[in-house]
Amino acid sequence: MTDLATNVSQPPAAGAAGRSLWATALMRLRRNKAAMASLVILLVYIFAGIFGPMLAPHDYARVYPDFVKVPASLEPYPRMDAVLPAAESTARRARLEARNIELDGNTLRLEATSRREIDPRVTRYFDRSDLFSNTHIVERSADGRSVLLESQVERYRFIFGTDANGRDLFARILISIRISLMIGALATGVALVIGVAYGATAGFLGGRIDNMMMRVVDILYALPFTFFAILLVVFFGRNVVLMFIAVGAVEWLDMARIVRGQTISLRRREFVQAAEALGVSAGGILRRHIIPNTLGPVIIYMTLLIPKVILLESFLSFLGLGVQEPLTSLGVLISEGARNMRAAPYMLLYPSLALTLLLFALNFLGDGLRDALDPKDR
Amino acid sequence: MKKTETIFDIRDIRVTFDTPDGEVEAVRGVNMHVNAGETVAVVGESGSGKSQIMMAAMGLLAANGRAEGSATYRGQELIGLPRDRLNRIRGARITMIFQEPMTSLDPLYTIGRQISEPLMVHGGLSASAARARALQLLELVHIPEPERRLKSYPHELSGGQRQRVMIAMALANNPDLLIADEPTTALDVTIQAEILGLLAELQRKLGMAILFITHDLAIVEAFADRVYVMQHGRVVEEGTTREIFTRPTKDYTRMLLAAEPEGRKPPVPESAPILLDANRVSVTFQAKGGLFSPGFELKAVREVTLSLRAGQTVGIVGESGSGKSTFGRALLQLLPCEGRVVYQGTPIHGLGRAAMRPYRRNLQMVFQDPYGSLSPRMTVGEIITEGLLVHEPQLSARERAQAATEALKEVGLDPAMRNRFPHEFSGGQRQRIAIARAVVLKPTVIVLDEPTSALDRSVQKQIIALLRRIQDAYDLSFIFISHDLAVVRALADYTIVMKAGQVVEEGATDEVFERPKSAYTRNLMEAAFNLKQVLSRQAEARA
Repeated sequence: MTDLATNVSQPPAAGAAGRSLWATALMRLRRNKAAMASLVILLVYIFAGIFGPMLAPHDYARVYPDFVKVPASLEPYPRMDAVLPAAESTARRARLEARNIELDGNTLRLEATSRREIDPRVTRYFDRSDLFSNTHIVERSADGRSVLLESQVERYRFIFGTDANGRDLFARILISIRISLMIGALATGVALVIGVAYGATAGFLGGRIDNMMMRVVDILYALPFTFFAILLVVFFGRNVVLMFIAVGAVEWLDMARIVRGQTISLRRREFVQAAEALGVSAGGILRRHIIPNTLGPVIIYMTLLIPKVILLESFLSFLGLGVQEPLTSLGVLISEGARNMRAAPYMLLYPSLALTLLLFALNFLGDGLRDALDPKDR
Repeated sequence: MKKTETIFDIRDIRVTFDTPDGEVEAVRGVNMHVNAGETVAVVGESGSGKSQIMMAAMGLLAANGRAEGSATYRGQELIGLPRDRLNRIRGARITMIFQEPMTSLDPLYTIGRQISEPLMVHGGLSASAARARALQLLELVHIPEPERRLKSYPHELSGGQRQRVMIAMALANNPDLLIADEPTTALDVTIQAEILGLLAELQRKLGMAILFITHDLAIVEAFADRVYVMQHGRVVEEGTTREIFTRPTKDYTRMLLAAEPEGRKPPVPESAPILLDANRVSVTFQAKGGLFSPGFELKAVREVTLSLRAGQTVGIVGESGSGKSTFGRALLQLLPCEGRVVYQGTPIHGLGRAAMRPYRRNLQMVFQDPYGSLSPRMTVGEIITEGLLVHEPQLSARERAQAATEALKEVGLDPAMRNRFPHEFSGGQRQRIAIARAVVLKPTVIVLDEPTSALDRSVQKQIIALLRRIQDAYDLSFIFISHDLAVVRALADYTIVMKAGQVVEEGATDEVFERPKSAYTRNLMEAAFNLKQVLSRQAEARA
């Protein structure tokens, strides 16, 4: 059968195979530079959110007590000039008298003496600090009162600095991107599924059912969101899942209204009447005719909803109602940064930059999609 | 009367559009001119570029369009003229009226304000002088109760009245040239005759030239002095109306002239079984009253009776608002109705969606708008086979694809196109797809709701031939709803004339067309087939 179809001569003008409305929209999107740049940024963010925490040099929950609130820098910590005093003070804590300290690359050599015999377990004093590891005694004098210690100096890079608890800010931003994107995607997904199904049903059935369904939406609109979120947190405790429920439960209302409006105008279109004349069931009409034709505006609203949800989450987290430590989100990080603004401005700067860039990218992409999907000039 | 001074001269004009698929040349080097006081018609089918020439000359091209060449008004070059200088000519010396009078008027302002505002801004008239002038203009275009109409909003006016208002606005500055772009296409034939009569009268009174863009040769013959025939962005033939209509030299012109639908359908024998029997069918639309407003009822169809025999085509004609489409939908139970509808002995009126489903397969419908009746996000194959999904769910995807292939061949389309989307097809091709969608179910009755109204005459002719062929091949019965009398005459063997929801006249098609009994039908026939005579009678009446 397919052979027969291909044998029939193609009309000359139509070289390309069927180009759907989606394909034309994509083509229009490609010409929009801001939207394409945003798309690239967004892909980088998604990659960073998924793989970043695995690839990052530090674990987001690991605390470095020696490096609390160190500023962002490309040079590794500890600084060279800080190692020797640190070694000296560690030696003092171990009741050793450091006589000759030298640093050779990442290896620290330390000659120490003591008035009493030195216990070999003094190395633990060094290892306990974040700076030194793998400390061992190389030489020990016959009387045991002087030793030559060798220790590896652990050096860490904190390119975005560390927070007030000494955790790497870069790793925390990566994990917060993951959480923020996840909340954005999932809450939007919840809003999408409920909103589209609800709105299309209400709009298609019309009449009294529509009236009732939309009044329910109106009532839910009247619910103060912050109050609702606080209530949920008070009842169920802080939990990421609750965030989805709270945000999704509020955001599907807009979606339902948009889809309902679209459906009502689509229902009067002739292709829907044609489907009715074919005897297609209500479900079939909704599935094949109404919903695919509402997807344009729905996708646009979705790309604009994701940043809104991320902002909402950040807002809730800022208030302290969001995710729980050691997990974090951009909102939490910004909130902490705001508290430490004077002493450590980078703690506010980097999470804010990350959030701003993400929101910009999503909004530009949404704008680009809107221009691409329903161009007025057609 | 005839002066030979050329006021509008177009030389080698080209219009190109930048599209994602490369440049498209809409107009490829056209020369035309208009002398003072004459009526020139530009005729062509859709896509021939006839409107784009005027858009280019008036600086109204879409953003992706580009015009080259020259268009001069009394020696003044218009193309490339800065906007402020162009506006001294555009809207003052040369004015335009368009097809769609509803969208050309702002729904938020009263008629009086829309007419008088440009007079105040451009003409420098005071508010009261502008209002007086607006009133004078409305009288000039014969709008009843002009005083009251000044305070009306566009939605309170009928289509013909809105077009009259547009003409009044175009006349406000006593133009030299009126460009009319399909001004009567959206109107009923009787209203069309009135508007054309008005234009002819105004031309005599005011001495302006009219450039008339249309696809309708009947109008050209009745109305124009000279004709340009356009095809694919070029003028293929030009000459006086008499020359073109009596001695066309080009094949294309001949084809256009011969594109009037022809042929008649012989009536079916009395013995043919009755398939669909509708008895006193009424449709009432109810607007629910609000808190402060009482509800009201609109009887769109009042007790219409119709019986359709096997192999018969019943034509339903009437002007817009006569309830003919509503009746067609009520027959198929797509709208709630009163009265009895019996299909092959089974009453089907009042059946619910599920109970009606088995009958849907036999009772199919083809809609007017070939752009709106195909879902834009489905491929042609999916559209055609959707009915099979409902009525023959046991078919595999492969069998459905085969059915689509056969249906496409049946309606004269390349089956390889079944994976394409509707927007890639022309109007005529889309209507073929819509017919394929109905035919694929092998129905017995098809209700055709204005299936040819949105199409060019030559395409119309092909669709009519197609409908005839499938009627013979599958022994189909048609209910053919149309305002286009020529098409109904060619296709139907029985005709019902409707007005305001009621049947005015019915009978065998020849009978109704040759010897109409009611005055309404006679008016309709004259406006459709004898436009010239109607216009000259109007002119006499005024003289």
